Amino acid sequence: MERRAYYRNGTLPWLLIAPQLILVLVFFYWPTSQALYWAFTLEQPWGGGNSWVGLSNFLSIFGDGRYWATVGRSAFYAIAATGISMVIALTLAMFADRALKGTKLFQSVFVWPYAIAAPAAGVAFRFIFAPEAGIIGSINEMWPGIWNPATNGGHALAMVIVCHAWLGIGYNFIFFLAALQMLPRSLTEAGAMDGARPFQRMIDLQLPLIAPTVFFLLIMNLISSFTDSFGLIDVMTEGGPINSTEVMVYKLYVDGFKGLDYSGAAAQSIVLMLLVIALTFVQFRWVEKRVHYN
Amino acid sequence: MIERSPIFNIVTYATMILGLLLVLTPFWIVIVAGSLSLQEVSQVPLKLWPSNHLLENLEVAWTRADLGPKMINSLIVAVGVTVGKITLAALSAFSIVFFNYRARMLCFWLIFITLMLPLEVRIVPTYSIAANALQPFQVILDTLGITWLVETVSGVRVGLEWNLLNSYTGLILPLVATATGTFLYRQFFMTIPDELVEASKMDGSGPLRFFFEVLLPLSRTNMLALATIMFVSSWNQYLWPLLITTDRANFGTVVMQLKALIPAQNGTPDWNVTMAGALIIMLPPLLVVALMQRWFVRGLISRDK
Repeated sequence: MERRAYYRNGTLPWLLIAPQLILVLVFFYWPTSQALYWAFTLEQPWGGGNSWVGLSNFLSIFGDGRYWATVGRSAFYAIAATGISMVIALTLAMFADRALKGTKLFQSVFVWPYAIAAPAAGVAFRFIFAPEAGIIGSINEMWPGIWNPATNGGHALAMVIVCHAWLGIGYNFIFFLAALQMLPRSLTEAGAMDGARPFQRMIDLQLPLIAPTVFFLLIMNLISSFTDSFGLIDVMTEGGPINSTEVMVYKLYVDGFKGLDYSGAAAQSIVLMLLVIALTFVQFRWVEKRVHYN
Repeated sequence: MIERSPIFNIVTYATMILGLLLVLTPFWIVIVAGSLSLQEVSQVPLKLWPSNHLLENLEVAWTRADLGPKMINSLIVAVGVTVGKITLAALSAFSIVFFNYRARMLCFWLIFITLMLPLEVRIVPTYSIAANALQPFQVILDTLGITWLVETVSGVRVGLEWNLLNSYTGLILPLVATATGTFLYRQFFMTIPDELVEASKMDGSGPLRFFFEVLLPLSRTNMLALATIMFVSSWNQYLWPLLITTDRANFGTVVMQLKALIPAQNGTPDWNVTMAGALIIMLPPLLVVALMQRWFVRGLISRDK
């Protein structure tokens, strides 16, 4: 709907939008342009400004086996965390949508993980999965050394992914449930009349109908796994043991702030940025067009 | 319910109870472990029922991580960011929706595209700008030759500097710009009928009066929803405060303190204190979400639909 009634004023609208525009330019676009500048230049060791080096920063990170290992790990992390979290949330939402007695209580609890800071959950899960303490400890007593995220990289990565997936349950649940509740009731009733049992209706009717939400969440979760994993990893493993939980965003932080390699970190920022932009574009263009059933 | 399906109802309850266990177990373990004594928490297997040391563990965690001042810092930052985001979002959306100027769509896209630039991917350069927030303006002055001009005319070298490290401004300001908030407000303002604008114009109210007396009261639901989401996300910020505060004693936030509470590799494994600390730190946003659930769920959904 196009608006017809406007206020007329030369300067007021600019005054209103100026604060936000200034912040966006200073804290988003300027740093982004700086990142681009750094990615294509190299700082002189003895001062004297940056010299143009073209693509060599990118070539050096792409030529680095350790960087590719990080990329592969990030992809695995993203897919695993997204998959686990979405499947659990979708299952819970499907059953909560049946709105049996008492469902409201379950519903409100399923949202809770959304409120928890990633590092706080990280600390809790670190204790839960600590090899010498409490819960896993008893398994380790039966079979010594079967679980140790402090030395085994695979265990450490699994621990972080499980925690990330747990954190995502709340957000995903909210969206799945809302999408399910927006489906017209007549469709479910028609399905029932045709003899489809509740479970069959879930799989054959409701799931295809909420496909747009599934794809939306898929992208949101992937982006979040690429960016939000920082807090978890910093608290749980600091990228260790032996870099086995080092994902792209963590390596970027370590190279930039611990290694003070701004050019390398900037090049990595650009790669990560392109990844996020690409995912967002898929979200806006492709998904919006193809997956609509109404 | 459409048909009677007792067996499937049992399956439904069973699944939801499993889900409940899955979601609640970490919370439960935090509470239980937080209430044990050092000796009990080191036992394998762990007791799964709370003991009576919760208060004393909370106290130890509170002093060890210096949570008093840190809580206040977190509160200042979270409230500051929330208020700032809502104010800026409402003002920008008002400007974009209710005024007809040529660049308004450009402005909207400039704000909206920042969705694709999360903090994590631009930390290194953003950090450098926090060290001097006026850096872009200095560069503009330099390239335009204004610095040189002023220097030759007056002999004074223009050096713009505004350091945001270790300050509340630095903790808050870079987080205040909000694409999602602006988008949400824009969506809401677009549902306001033209007649309302015409009517208030006819009553002789200017744009600002219309904004304060008509739009703001109408957008109360939106505002609550947005406030919940923003409060939770800014309380839970980790990376940005970590970078911008080197002076942790004065400007640290509670979430940054979590790492300090983890027992050292070869130190005393007093996980009971760690868990008590984690409990304190996760409680405020959890309470906000639990109390505001009805509003914030609506906000989250309408945001992305």
